[in-house]
Amino acid sequence: MSDTAERTLIAPTELNRRTGKILYRFVLTATLIGFTVVFVFPLYWMASGALKSSRELADPNPTLVPHSFHPEAYSEAWTNTGLGRHFLNTLILALGAWLIQLIVDVAAAYALSKLRPVLGNVVLGMMLATLMLPVSALLVPTYLTVTDVPLIHVNLINTPWAIWLPAAANAFNIFILKRFFDQIPQELMDSARIDGAGPVRVLVSVILPLSRPVLAVVSIFAVVGVWKDFLWPLIVLPDPAKQPITVALSRLAEFLPANQLLAGMVIASIPLLVLFLIFQRHIIAGLTAGSLKG
Amino acid sequence: MATTDMRAQPLPEDTVVKAAASSGKPGRTPPRSRLARRVRENLVAYAFLGAGIAVFAAFSWYPIVRGWLLGFQQVTFAQPAQWVGLDNFRRLFADPLFVTAWQNTAWFTALALVFGFAAPLATAVVLNEFRSARGYLRMTVYLPVMLPPIVTMLLWRWFYDPGPGLFNNALEVLHLPAQQWLESEHLAMVSLVLVSTWANMGTTTLIYLAALGGIPGQLYEAAELDGASIRQRLWHVTLPQMRFILMITLLLQVLGTMQVFIEPYILTGGGPNDATVTVLLLLFRYAFVYNDFGLASAMSMLLFVVLGAFSLVYLRLTRSNG
Repeated sequence: MSDTAERTLIAPTELNRRTGKILYRFVLTATLIGFTVVFVFPLYWMASGALKSSRELADPNPTLVPHSFHPEAYSEAWTNTGLGRHFLNTLILALGAWLIQLIVDVAAAYALSKLRPVLGNVVLGMMLATLMLPVSALLVPTYLTVTDVPLIHVNLINTPWAIWLPAAANAFNIFILKRFFDQIPQELMDSARIDGAGPVRVLVSVILPLSRPVLAVVSIFAVVGVWKDFLWPLIVLPDPAKQPITVALSRLAEFLPANQLLAGMVIASIPLLVLFLIFQRHIIAGLTAGSLKG
Repeated sequence: MATTDMRAQPLPEDTVVKAAASSGKPGRTPPRSRLARRVRENLVAYAFLGAGIAVFAAFSWYPIVRGWLLGFQQVTFAQPAQWVGLDNFRRLFADPLFVTAWQNTAWFTALALVFGFAAPLATAVVLNEFRSARGYLRMTVYLPVMLPPIVTMLLWRWFYDPGPGLFNNALEVLHLPAQQWLESEHLAMVSLVLVSTWANMGTTTLIYLAALGGIPGQLYEAAELDGASIRQRLWHVTLPQMRFILMITLLLQVLGTMQVFIEPYILTGGGPNDATVTVLLLLFRYAFVYNDFGLASAMSMLLFVVLGAFSLVYLRLTRSNG
């Protein structure tokens, strides 16, 4: 999808006509204004609302720009109501899930793509089959499994492992990692092996350096996925002190003053918006890779 | 393929093996060392695969099997699960909310298709015609997707607020009557669909844009030479070319919207008068409010069967077209 003028639905000649030009300008301007109002303005409304005083917020006639600025709502939400702690919880959950997903899924995809053990394709098929299953229909059995993990009989409730381990069972990661590894020529690996490199060495110094794009996609989706998650942490982390900021916000929504709640919402969103602005290309690439698979 | 040894071995025997394998003459290797090497290679491979198999087994494959058993069991944490036959299903069908929840979910899915299917398609077709500002528009439509859903829900709950809410204020400015967005039985579900569409349409729009970019320009030129109007080209070139991706997103959207949870959980709590109780919300109540895991599992199995049917259609489509 390049921005160079490819031939699309409307012909260049039609656009260059007088009415075509006027119509194009009109639709473009309307879309620009419309999109900004619909998709950007709500974010401004949220961030500026957090700066208003409680009285101004409760006014039935809202103001476009705050009369007086009260940035202290942000610091109050961060410290007094403890959202800073929940923010940290989210950070730990997201980074841990990211690390474990990378280690487990890269190793598995490498084995399935390059080491090719007996029955490897059966394992791959069983992993990919889980992509087709509705997550929410497995909510209850997965929850009960987490309360008593088979064989080792450990209760993971209220521990970060309840988020990290199920997150690693991610068939989408295995799918895109394996597909990427499959494209790395076998000769590169063979020559490394002739030089005496073992399988770990081949993975670390041949495969991974070539796989930066796909590792970026997996990493972003891992962090974003855990950061946004709500229902799963809501049920496996009932202890308020352990909850991520998403769950804490829903619990505190009834008690917090409106400006502090809004400040908390902004705080919860900023890392994802920053990630998006930095890695926009990767995110969009991963999106289309996931949907147009095959 | 991976027949060469992965590690330099000091043993002369293995050096022979390696040389033989890389020169493509494996027949010369002694059979026993070949077997030993195959075993060793498989052990190494499964060492890499082990953690993956373990997490999938514990948190994916085992729960799938267990889910089917749980529907016929009564589960309490105090004692081992007990078999109760079809008792859970009997109680499930006796719950008047059961039918309500499925009806509401079907209504949400249908509404979400009307909004959520048309909006991204129209947006993508228009955006694809622009020669400038595409990067900005693409970014803005995707912004809501990056927000944590809980933030989106709390934000819209505030917009829908009948007092200082933005929407009724906007209606007032336009001299339109104020609405009871979340308090009216008729409007509440529509309000939920509006949030859901706003939050999710970015993904579909970007997928459609990618698909539109893949339509060969000659097709449009040929249609134009045949005298096709813009509308005819849209109908006879654009849409047929996107048929496959439209089917896929349609199915994925049905699968996604039938699992709607956070919208009613945060915005309405299932109300007013149970008008927005959805299947997953009811399942959540059974399991985590009433701690009746057997009842919740019976509901899960029904959800599994219904959504599984859609998944099978999806699978057949991708198999035959992909």
